[in-house]
Amino acid sequence: MSDITKQSLTELVENIKNKKLSSTDVTKAFIDRSEKSEKLNAYITNDFTSALDKAKKFDQKPNLDLKLPGIPMAVKDLFCTKDIKTTAGSKILNNFVPTYESTVTENIWNEGAILLGKLNCDEFAMGSSNETSFFGNVQSPIDKNLVPGGSSGGSASAVAGQLTPVTIGTDTGGSIRQPASFTGIVGLKPTYGSCSRYGIVAFASSLDQAGPMAQNVKDCALLHEVISSYDPKDSTSIDFKRNHYSKELTNNIKGKKIGIPKEYRVDGMPKEIEDLWQKGIQYIKDCGAETIDISLPNTSYALPTYYIVAPAEASSNLARYDGVKYGFRAKGENLIDMYEKTRSEGFGAEVQRRIMIGTYVLSSGYYDAYYLKAQKVRKLIKNDFDEAYKKVDAILTPSTPSSAFKIGEKTNDPVSMYLNDIFTVPVNLAGLPGISIPAGHDAKGYPLGLQIIGKAFDEQNILNIAYAMEEKINFKNKITDWWIK
Amino acid sequence: MSIDLKTIKHISKLARISVDQQRAEKLAGDLNSIFDFIEKLNELKTDNVEPLTSIAETTLKLRSDEVKSKNIREQIIKNSPQNNEDYFVVPKVIE
Repeated sequence: MSDITKQSLTELVENIKNKKLSSTDVTKAFIDRSEKSEKLNAYITNDFTSALDKAKKFDQKPNLDLKLPGIPMAVKDLFCTKDIKTTAGSKILNNFVPTYESTVTENIWNEGAILLGKLNCDEFAMGSSNETSFFGNVQSPIDKNLVPGGSSGGSASAVAGQLTPVTIGTDTGGSIRQPASFTGIVGLKPTYGSCSRYGIVAFASSLDQAGPMAQNVKDCALLHEVISSYDPKDSTSIDFKRNHYSKELTNNIKGKKIGIPKEYRVDGMPKEIEDLWQKGIQYIKDCGAETIDISLPNTSYALPTYYIVAPAEASSNLARYDGVKYGFRAKGENLIDMYEKTRSEGFGAEVQRRIMIGTYVLSSGYYDAYYLKAQKVRKLIKNDFDEAYKKVDAILTPSTPSSAFKIGEKTNDPVSMYLNDIFTVPVNLAGLPGISIPAGHDAKGYPLGLQIIGKAFDEQNILNIAYAMEEKINFKNKITDWWIK
Repeated sequence: MSIDLKTIKHISKLARISVDQQRAEKLAGDLNSIFDFIEKLNELKTDNVEPLTSIAETTLKLRSDEVKSKNIREQIIKNSPQNNEDYFVVPKVIE
């Protein structure tokens, strides 16, 4: 079968279970395509040789009761993988080989999947374009001049380019949903506490969540079902009854109430985005659901709040990189000089910028004015959602204020780069689940996404809405294979 | 508000990141534009708002205090840039 890499995860699982395909066939096909796709720079580290060994081993004694039987999968290089280099896209972790496995990847391997390799990302997941990686920028399979979005840019590029059937990313302010939107795929940021953070390189601990990225909603639901688990090793992991998301998936959303928040109609938003949103509203109605105008009055304060909270948490999380316990070390005349040179040479410009912001807002005399203020505004933003959810079951917004931009277009202006996350950041601040689904193309033919935001722990509901809309939208991603010789 | 070079030098000291003059100037420019953007929060009155300190509305679970990882000294030391037997090695701190 030459078209193996075009199949969805659901199809591959079915074909392996029916013995129409072996794990070796599937693994070989994705390795082959990955090897032809070096131009995308989606991988930081590949593990192809042992992936093939594992696939052969699986085929000798296949356990077909598993949810991901013999399915090859590459993952974002922010997840610690035992004995496989894990860099977080940073020079400072360039030689780091974890001696333990993250809980979410452990869950994936326990269901029979096989690691293909580690995918490129913005350094420490700080970026919206995958241009801050120490290992170079990732190219979009949509067009060679475009960024794939970030920070899970390698993940988005790998799924859209069919280098892996599905993948996992992490989302602190939009890092799953924005690249999913830019590359025409589906990306889910789960409720805070749904997926364990154990073994994920920490960025901003009160915002970070792992989540699935896939070609379609059903695949996304299946992978979410695998990765979501209660984990005592993460003190903020929440013990709640998890659904069989893929089995319980339904396109029946009749009678659901979907909120349309007026504050997401921001100044300077291209008409194409507004049109897409209106189309989305129509699809919702066509599915038998109802739309209701709502207000989330503090939306415009979300991004400034995020740029206090996230760097503050990052500055303390990243204090551990001192050149002593692991990672890169620079030579210094004394201990302090060694610390300062290690961190100056080991971290890239964006990471240093955020550590500096975080250090400043937490420093003596500024804590109340910035950090405490941000925590209070964060409460107001959460209250907005709580209030809205008294009237509606979910909320529909665009995923991003524009389609993908060009490589280099925003690298010199941090604030304009940050504005990309304007529709995704409030969801992280409130700890809610959000899913981005591809919903159309702009005039240039670039993909555009719509976001469905749910109540906490209501992933099943937003997956169902996404599933119903997906059927109506019937999106076809325009992948030309431009990067394959 | 304006963040001057002196402040940049002070923060870089606190963050243990050495910055040269050129880098400090660039950072001052970037941070000023970012803080101009952040200042928007001052429009909001928040005197009577409780700060949000935990997004997960659950109390932390208690567990018994047991040793779960034993004899992992080698694993802990394995990734260090410089070590000697069971110790991390750092530049000399005592004269």
